Amino acid sequence: MADVPSRVPLEACDYAARFAAPLLDPACTTPALVAGPNSKRADKRFNVYRNNVTVSLIEALAATFPAVQRVTGEVFFRAMARFHVRESPPTSPLLFEYGRDFPDFIARYEYAQSMPWLADVARIERAWLDAYHAADAKVLAADAIAAIPAERLGGIVFEPHPATRLVRSVYPAVTIFAANRAEGPVSRVDNAAPESALVTRPDLDVIVRRLSTGTDILLDALLRGRPLAEAAEIAATQCPTFDLAAGIAVMLEAGAFTAIHQGG
Amino acid sequence: MSTKSKISAAMLAGAVATALSSLALAAPLTEAQVKAAMDAGKEKCFGVALKGQNDCKAGPGTTCQATSTVDYQGNAWKFVDGGTCATMELPGDRKGSPEELTRDLPV
Repeated sequence: MADVPSRVPLEACDYAARFAAPLLDPACTTPALVAGPNSKRADKRFNVYRNNVTVSLIEALAATFPAVQRVTGEVFFRAMARFHVRESPPTSPLLFEYGRDFPDFIARYEYAQSMPWLADVARIERAWLDAYHAADAKVLAADAIAAIPAERLGGIVFEPHPATRLVRSVYPAVTIFAANRAEGPVSRVDNAAPESALVTRPDLDVIVRRLSTGTDILLDALLRGRPLAEAAEIAATQCPTFDLAAGIAVMLEAGAFTAIHQGG
Repeated sequence: MSTKSKISAAMLAGAVATALSSLALAAPLTEAQVKAAMDAGKEKCFGVALKGQNDCKAGPGTTCQATSTVDYQGNAWKFVDGGTCATMELPGDRKGSPEELTRDLPV
């Protein structure tokens, strides 16, 4: 284990590894190094640790994905989360980093197949928390783009704000996310139009916006470093009804970028 | 740019100009306006949350979310509609406060 500080004695490191390995696997027996007084078996004692680890990770997922839990109900959510926790234990000691693989797990979870949009709702929730913990940065001022001469506009490249996340969905994921994050009753969602989410945090608050089709294509290309003219061309080709002016306005207003450069 | 392109340089410049003018209508707020908007929106209110219902919004692994252990705990806050905090009617003649309170602390 290269990442263990050198001051930790090797035996302690070995003990921790042998103690931790069976914690999330119910098929494993209690490790032999754990024993009660007079070398009695310590299954019950070890199960306390099993329970604490599993439940705390389920709680972490519930805290990160409250809208998903509200959609599925607590019993369904906790069962689904338990399968995920056993399959994908955390790789970081920072609990708010946990759950990045949960949306993909939901997408293939057998009992969630009747809710094909649920994984995208989870992706928006994970993006929300990433945006919350992202570095602070000043957003691009509209003046900066106004100062570019018209003939050079096509070549500019936008630098994404650290908090900016784009979640593309073929389902009304933003409507479902917003309804289940708000207080009060959730009414039927009849809207079947695809909705992509733009998640930004220009100041202290995370903001989730619904992006029309076309704007999400434009933003996706810009976030991948394509120059403005090329990104606009991709969006207009894939979505003939795309409104370029509205798309540019919503991205600037949302604070999706920090700077522009002359590309190419 | 090739002649086949759907978006000419002139169209691009026009779209950027339109976008900027629509933004100008929603020009950045002054500090006073931001404060007024926040006052009209949500505000922190101490001493009104039921136990375990306090806000923190920093996600798991942080220390404060849903950690209040008594009802109406004075040092725990919840977001409420702006202007409603101090006038909120609570059992036992309690009032909410935008400042931290010393009543109903966990023992």
